Amino acid sequence: MYRYLTDRMVQSAIVLAIMSFVIYWLMGLMPGDPIDLMISADPKLTPEDAQRLRALYGLDLPIAERYWNWLTSALVGDLGFSRLHAKPVLTVIWPALGNTILLLGLSFFFSLLIAIPAGVIAAVRQYTKLDYVINLFSFLAISVPSFWLALILITVFSVMFGILPAGGTETIGVDSIWDKAKFLILPVATLTLLNLGSHTRFTRAEMIQTLRQDYIRTVRAKGAPERRVIFRHALRNALIPVVTIIALDFGFLFSGALTIEIVFAFPGMGKLIFDSIMGNDFNLAMMALLFATAMTLAANLLADLTYGWLDPRISYGGEAK
Amino acid sequence: MRIAASAAPQSTWAMARRRFFKHKLAVGSAIFLGIIALLSLAAPAFEVARGIDAAQVKLFSRFHLPSAEAWLGRDELGRDVFQRLLQGGQVSLLVGLVTALCTAVIGTIIGLIAGYRGGWLDAFLMRCTDSVIALPLLPLLIVLAALDLNKLGLPAAIVQSENISLYRITFIVALVGWTMVARLVRGATLSLRERDFVLAAQSQGAGAVRIMTVHILPNLLSPIIVATTLSVGNIILLESVLSFLGLGIQPPFPSWGNLLTNAQELISTAPWLAFYPGIAIICTVVAFNFLGDGLQDALDPKA
Repeated sequence: MYRYLTDRMVQSAIVLAIMSFVIYWLMGLMPGDPIDLMISADPKLTPEDAQRLRALYGLDLPIAERYWNWLTSALVGDLGFSRLHAKPVLTVIWPALGNTILLLGLSFFFSLLIAIPAGVIAAVRQYTKLDYVINLFSFLAISVPSFWLALILITVFSVMFGILPAGGTETIGVDSIWDKAKFLILPVATLTLLNLGSHTRFTRAEMIQTLRQDYIRTVRAKGAPERRVIFRHALRNALIPVVTIIALDFGFLFSGALTIEIVFAFPGMGKLIFDSIMGNDFNLAMMALLFATAMTLAANLLADLTYGWLDPRISYGGEAK
Repeated sequence: MRIAASAAPQSTWAMARRRFFKHKLAVGSAIFLGIIALLSLAAPAFEVARGIDAAQVKLFSRFHLPSAEAWLGRDELGRDVFQRLLQGGQVSLLVGLVTALCTAVIGTIIGLIAGYRGGWLDAFLMRCTDSVIALPLLPLLIVLAALDLNKLGLPAAIVQSENISLYRITFIVALVGWTMVARLVRGATLSLRERDFVLAAQSQGAGAVRIMTVHILPNLLSPIIVATTLSVGNIILLESVLSFLGLGIQPPFPSWGNLLTNAQELISTAPWLAFYPGIAIICTVVAFNFLGDGLQDALDPKA
């Protein structure tokens, strides 16, 4: 177990290191480089000046050398300034990270709150009308484009009824929790609806598998009430793989949140990444992308570990326990 | 002695076909997708028949509601929405199908090599697969879609071609989309390579490439077909998101995603404009998912 853990952590660290180079390299291939941006601000600069500036900032060095310079200063905490926000990169990232975690956490919670009962009901009542309805709904939820669902909810709740704000985080001048909560309702609802489909399908599939097992037949033969069979014996075992699959899905969840943050102008990591790439803010884009990568890698690692913790039968690396 | 035709043993494919036709949702989905594809392909014919030009801007009839003349109304430039929707269908379906095929080919090659060779190569390739799965895809796709192709050193003829946004989206989605097929193929290859018919081929002196393509690959077709069908829907969704953000299919090509690019600004003026492309995407993606499920039941009844 210990060996497996260190193995996995080393692997994640290697992936993160490789990705930091890949992202750095890709940033250099973006349209417009920092010197061009400076030139556009000052028409008096000559090409010779630009060349001198390039040498001054080390932009004429080969990619490996530039990456090394970036890495050594990043490791001692110098992550640079954001061009768009005119602030150190990290002071821009922390609040956005908090917002995204809030958005993801809330929709995750509501999605599971609905999906687990729905999946259990569909599995227990397999092939009934109710099962078909739940299935159809799940299929619709995994097939709807995220931004379109957001647009439809805005049309209904903001444009037609005017009861919820269409975007942002708070009314300017109003400082109350209720006001902030109102701005969260639509983004959280959209993301919840998007996740519901896959969460319900996983739960249903795992429950059906579990209910077919021999030990369930034994429990039933023993005369245990059906409610106890389902909740105490089947559900608790079925949830183990569900938890893992859902945690492995984190990258997907993050991608869904990105679109929703953009449509609702919600200042989270997804919107930050998009805006910084569109606005040629390379320092910010670089770090925001690395943060997003590190978060997904960590979620995957966590998924693996909880799986082993929840199900003691799994021994990593084949060692006897 | 002749054996009556009815008593002839049925081939696997015939049995699969029979099981598939019992799956009503999947058959319905296949018919639906056929109709959508035909309608999209017939877009030019509709233009001629209705005597209109889909690209024509008519500023005096902006935001017209559906009528006998413009079946689904007109958009912010007075263009015919029905016609634009059909053209968008051509692009979205084409991108979905071609990209899915590319991911299937890449995934199959990687999976076959990893599963058949085994050892360090297998360990390395599967580590790569796991790592790609563990990445946040959409943010990275946004970066890849925003790259300056001139800086990559691609020939100007390709960079300036008007189809570049089609090539680009196919390439970048294929770059990250092969993982599911690769895992599937690798898993199946691991068990197939121990079977007697592979041993027989090996003892007759068949080379690795021949065994992989002639002996193992045909046995993998069912799972590959199922996974590819299911991935078409996901790719259409991904294309629509990137195009909506302005990074996918670029005008003048309409796609179901970029028809929605302006939808947010127009949401209080003309909310119905956002409706049709979204419905087209959902129905198509649901149909591909049903079709994939049906094919799974038909081709791989044990799973």
